[in-house]
Amino acid sequence: MGETEAGSETDARARQIAMEERDRARFEEEALGLADQVYRVARRLVGTREEAEELVQETYARAFRSWRSYSPGTNMRAWLLRILTNLNLDRGRRVQRTPDLQPLEEGDYYLANKVAAAEGEQALEQERVVERLSQGGVVDALSEVPHDFRDVVVLVDIGDFSYADAAQILDVPIGTVMSRLHRGRRILKQKLAEETLT
Amino acid sequence: MTHHDLGCEKCEELLQGYLDRDLAPEEVLVAEGHLDGCDYCRRRYRFEETLRRYIRVSASERMPPGLMAKLAELREHQPRAL
Repeated sequence: MGETEAGSETDARARQIAMEERDRARFEEEALGLADQVYRVARRLVGTREEAEELVQETYARAFRSWRSYSPGTNMRAWLLRILTNLNLDRGRRVQRTPDLQPLEEGDYYLANKVAAAEGEQALEQERVVERLSQGGVVDALSEVPHDFRDVVVLVDIGDFSYADAAQILDVPIGTVMSRLHRGRRILKQKLAEETLT
Repeated sequence: MTHHDLGCEKCEELLQGYLDRDLAPEEVLVAEGHLDGCDYCRRRYRFEETLRRYIRVSASERMPPGLMAKLAELREHQPRAL
């Protein structure tokens, strides 16, 4: 091999390394830009702020290590949340329940009916009527929804993920996401009615 | 309120799918056809919409100060100091 040829090979290798570093830096910046949104979901999946912080840090440590397995152009927020929910399960922070063992929840009008009974039918038309429920009441009621249902409600209604993204993140069929979401929202409304209107 | 007929029951069942924009076109027609003539259900749909926004806002907690710096330190690629 001639000197020039060896030199151009070294140049090619250097260019490759530089490109990889650039891709990695780009990945890291994008991931860090999503941290607040990742934290908001994490915070409602676990019991305390400390646990949420720890979980997000473990998630980012793992994401930064395995950045090559992320396909650029796909949904990075969903990718990060998949890592996060897996870590949450792996660490045994929660016990899986069988959703079918949960009692049947009330219908979708249950909370509205309770509010109407307390405040009058016309109150349902006013935006401010929900403030009666209090922010703390919402957080407490959500924490009482069984995990399997809560995970889906948190991902879709707080994290703004699609059914398909939630299915991918939790590694369950989309039909399961839909049924857990519907039942989870009903359970949440029932808890809200119990906690804030009795 | 005692007002509640079979149309209302069906409408209640369609509530979540309607707000998620996940109903089949014929179900959307059923829901909207009923909502057009039923104040009882219309108020409950409106309430549910407001409630969803309120839950989202109430349950969203910003990242604590300091966490971003901790996450940035976990990067394997450290940006060059200027």
